[in-house]
Amino acid sequence: MQAMPKWADAVLIPLISILLAFFFSGLMILAIGKDPVVAIQTMVQGAFGSTNGLGYTLYYTTNFIFTGLAIAVAYHARLFNIGGEGQVMLGGLGVALVCLAIDWPHWTLALPAAMIGGAVFGAAWAFIPAYLQAKRGSHIVITTMMFNFIASAFVGYILLNYLKVPGSMSTESAGFSAGAHLPTFHEMLAPFGINFNKNAPANISFLIALLAAFGFWVLIWKTRLGYEIRSFGESESAAKYAGINPVRITVIAMMISGALCGLMAINNVMGEAERLIDNAPEGAGFIGIAVALMGRNHPVGIVLAALLFGFLYQGGAELTFWEAIPRELIVVIQGLVIMFTGALDNMVRIPLEKLFLALRKEEA
Amino acid sequence: MVITIHEGRQTPAAPIAPTTSPAPLAIELRGISKAFGPVQANKDICISVRKGTIHGIIGENGAGKSTLMSILYGFYKADSGTVLINGQEVQITDSQAAIAAGIGMVFQHFKLVENFSVLENVVLGAEDGGLLKPSLSKARKLLKQLSDEYELSVDPDALIEDLSVGHQQRVEILKALYRQADILILDEPTGVLTPAEADHLFRILEGLKAQGKTIILITHKLREIMNVTDSVSVMRRGEMTATVSTAETSPEQLAELMVGRKVLLEVDKTPATPGVSILEVENLTVVDSHGVTRVKGIDLTVCAGEILGIAGVAGNGQTELLEVLGGYQTGTGVIRVNGQDLDLTGKASDGQSRRAHGIAHVPEDRHDEGLILNFAAWENIVFGYHHDPEYQKNAWIMDNAKIKKIAHEKMERFDTRPLNEKLEAKSFSGGNQQKIVLAREIERNPDLLLIGQPTRGVDIGAIEFIHQQIVALRDQGKAILLVSVELDEIMALSDRIAVMFDGNIMGERLPTKTNEQELGMLMAGINNGADAKQSEGA
Amino acid sequence: MDYLTVLQILDSTVRLATPLLLTCLAGLFSERAGIVDIGLEGKLLVAAFMSGAVAYVTGSIWLGLLAGIAASLVFSMIHGLASITFKGDQLISGVALNFLAAGLTVVIGQSWFALGGRTPPLSGNGRFGEWNLPFSEAWSKIPVFGPTYNELISGHTALTYIALLTVPLSWWVLYRTRFGLRLRAVGENPSAVDTAGISVVRLRYMALIIAGVLCGLAGTYLASLAAGFVKDMSAGRGYIALAALIFAKWRPWYALSATLIFGFLEAVGNRYQSISIGDFVIPVQFMQALPYILTVVILAGFIGKAIPPRAGGTPYVKER
Repeated sequence: MQAMPKWADAVLIPLISILLAFFFSGLMILAIGKDPVVAIQTMVQGAFGSTNGLGYTLYYTTNFIFTGLAIAVAYHARLFNIGGEGQVMLGGLGVALVCLAIDWPHWTLALPAAMIGGAVFGAAWAFIPAYLQAKRGSHIVITTMMFNFIASAFVGYILLNYLKVPGSMSTESAGFSAGAHLPTFHEMLAPFGINFNKNAPANISFLIALLAAFGFWVLIWKTRLGYEIRSFGESESAAKYAGINPVRITVIAMMISGALCGLMAINNVMGEAERLIDNAPEGAGFIGIAVALMGRNHPVGIVLAALLFGFLYQGGAELTFWEAIPRELIVVIQGLVIMFTGALDNMVRIPLEKLFLALRKEEA
Repeated sequence: MVITIHEGRQTPAAPIAPTTSPAPLAIELRGISKAFGPVQANKDICISVRKGTIHGIIGENGAGKSTLMSILYGFYKADSGTVLINGQEVQITDSQAAIAAGIGMVFQHFKLVENFSVLENVVLGAEDGGLLKPSLSKARKLLKQLSDEYELSVDPDALIEDLSVGHQQRVEILKALYRQADILILDEPTGVLTPAEADHLFRILEGLKAQGKTIILITHKLREIMNVTDSVSVMRRGEMTATVSTAETSPEQLAELMVGRKVLLEVDKTPATPGVSILEVENLTVVDSHGVTRVKGIDLTVCAGEILGIAGVAGNGQTELLEVLGGYQTGTGVIRVNGQDLDLTGKASDGQSRRAHGIAHVPEDRHDEGLILNFAAWENIVFGYHHDPEYQKNAWIMDNAKIKKIAHEKMERFDTRPLNEKLEAKSFSGGNQQKIVLAREIERNPDLLLIGQPTRGVDIGAIEFIHQQIVALRDQGKAILLVSVELDEIMALSDRIAVMFDGNIMGERLPTKTNEQELGMLMAGINNGADAKQSEGA
Repeated sequence: MDYLTVLQILDSTVRLATPLLLTCLAGLFSERAGIVDIGLEGKLLVAAFMSGAVAYVTGSIWLGLLAGIAASLVFSMIHGLASITFKGDQLISGVALNFLAAGLTVVIGQSWFALGGRTPPLSGNGRFGEWNLPFSEAWSKIPVFGPTYNELISGHTALTYIALLTVPLSWWVLYRTRFGLRLRAVGENPSAVDTAGISVVRLRYMALIIAGVLCGLAGTYLASLAAGFVKDMSAGRGYIALAALIFAKWRPWYALSATLIFGFLEAVGNRYQSISIGDFVIPVQFMQALPYILTVVILAGFIGKAIPPRAGGTPYVKER
């Protein structure tokens, strides 16, 4: 017998958790002597009030859809991948190497190649922790965490010693050629007579992210592989009984996760910066954790949560600009969202379950 | 020397004559109730236990015995009711209060710290001060005394993880005695013991009783109740159905009280007509991940149209035997099914290739292996067979609509209630969960069915149905390997019985030509007389 | 490389190892009680910020120390609330705390000091003074021993000596006291502790309090050493400490050697941009990544096996 209806579990609990997180964020803003209402207005205006703002919001959203899906795939196999950051970094390296390899004639050729490059590098970076977990029982949370630092050092080394333009002051690769330029929303929407801001970084990767979300849904709930991933996640002993190979599933789930992280690089490295810079992911790998938690590991939830975080990121930048509230406010909100939707889940769940139980008893 | 349970009973240390004035009450429970969410585990329970007696509490799995005793030990808080110890009402708010009231408990799953020494486990929570040294040396002395007094010898410096199960249990008893418990509760203490170890335990209990300690023995084994207790309470579905003096009752009466109606322990079946041999096992050895040899070079044969029952105390290699046959444990030796050698190296030997060989497997533990509790019934009905072409739409996508339809039909044929394939497996009762597993495995029409603990935690109505299904499959000419720790079940279902002890097959018997005493000896590893391996047809 | 250079590197090793050691021991108490603490990094950061802020305002690093410990304790208690009281996921709680710390320190710092998340520089009593041990000056002329005593052993701040003393103290508490026995038991099998009539919840909170205090010391050390708080100044030390904890197999004396090794790697990395061994050049990035690589190697079980406390990471729920 279930204590709570399904909708309450899927919608009500996350909603209450988010409201709690926002409530505390509001208190935070009050505490530093600012007006939360003005702050929200500024953020909404900044994130959705213009096509420029919207373009940034959707650009961030794209990043977070990729990393959110990535964390969720691993989570369906009950693998906590906190190495998203490192996998995005490696994905960036892969995308950059592909884009710099030849003078691409057209983006339609460059994009698939870059996607493969990013996905392969991301997946490869996830492979080692996955293999060590599956074969040697090394805790994947710790190893993926270590791999973030190793990735940072590794990519930094490659960038500094091999990709940096000689004589340049900044630690970044050469710019990609024009043929590797991805269509932005401005360019995509112009034929339809819609005038989208020219400077906004949102680009075709957004559509790829939505496709990835749909692919995620098919993979997890329709395919045999998804069935095996979920089975393994629910019960490793049962999976063994059913002839599902734990090593195979651990490695595959983590490599899909790493590949999705790596794919993010088509947005930030290829779509936005158009060159490889140091520390390109800017924490997107970690935000994926919050997005997956909030989205309850379901693609619809993930897209919505990614949009929320995209809004927070862009709105937060505007806050810094107009209200002199540091950008790090977003990091606080992110922490609160992870805390309330993830770790303090029971704080909301237990009273709610009691409430539903009491309601049911009254009915009976 | 071997002492069977019956002999153990004949040497009570200090029989208390019932005619003299009765001893005062040690424990009195009045109107105890406890609910876990929507489940009522205990309903208005009343019990009185006299000082210096052994009181049994018997009931099926899930009848609420363990919950009741956990309340008495302060592990759970009762919703209502009062507890009196030695005539005084006490508030048992936590285990500390229970210990202070002189209650000690030996849980079914031991509560020991595996990488601590015996001594450290004994003093944990009962230390004499901030520093360990004085406590440990005091405990060492006391432990020596106690072990001399009650046949409770253990090495105080041994680590728990290096001790046998029987010795670990002694540490649990020592823990209680070290805390000066007058009342000792034992929850299913013999489930993991050999008959000889169980006898030793009962001797210890008799000794404790002679010293005036009060003992509560929780079990679902009628024989233990009849042999060691002075009085017995019967629980059914959270309620106390009766309390009787052991001398004035019979196993039949207790069984009826336990399940609420007459129990048919016999299964209606015709003699087997074994055909060709389906499963041949030769010199099979299994070493587990800790490097312990669990199965030590055994030989087995199961023919078409017969049920081979494997009897034995839990933990003597049966589980590993099923695992290696089911393809998720590696081993060495030969396993042949329908004349084909199976791979035992773990390379090709996954459950998938086993299923392709016509082996179906109802695992011992349906919660951890047989089912995914959070999956809907329809998802569970293809579990393990999800690669089957029948269930696929194309190379990658599964045909979920078709699977749901098939699931509904299979569940209907196996009388699964409620008949709703969209319900999560965890929402079904134990018996109905087992029917889902059986529907999945038996409907595959396998050549060989492996089935472990088919009726563990299953209500009595479902037991009969499940037994009938197993026999029906046999009558279709299929080979069945049955593993059960319930000797009654083995006796009722098997056409041939093999007894496992310490990874070896101690002997094979025909159910018609053996009895529980003989099997009990084999289960304890004692094989009297030449064990002429009975040939299949004999 | 002359002897003095070696001494300077070793001296710098001790300086860098001090916060690692304190944080590692914090993690040791927490994890030995069965609470996995990824939030060490966050605690380190809030402690550094609060101690820096209070030390600047009051002019006393000792008051700063109290504030740093208090801030770290608050974070510890949030972790306890999530992972003990509400039986939430310890990893997720730790990740959340790290974000909260990274964000809060800058937002509040900006609000208080308007220096982009920094505190104003500390000076005088706002920092820990160096303790010169007796005769360090007088003996410094004695060959070999003199400089060693003067440079390496003498001349550290109080917290370094406290950190070193914490090692035998931790060992003694864990293995020689009732509290230590119970603490280790609760990390291995909490139900054994519960049925023995001891509160699992209380023990685990106690462990988190100890962890909070130790992280408070470590954070204050960072703020004092750098003469003020700088955004993200913990710079992954919480994670390195966690790595060192695995390296140390959750034992106090091993923790000392592990953090000294990691401190040494950092000291060498700081001093040399790259190291040439013959024709082979070890890049500085490799030195930076080495602690993490070593930890992965240890975790993979190629060198010894690190077995964590058995109940680690799982909230204690009474079974039915």
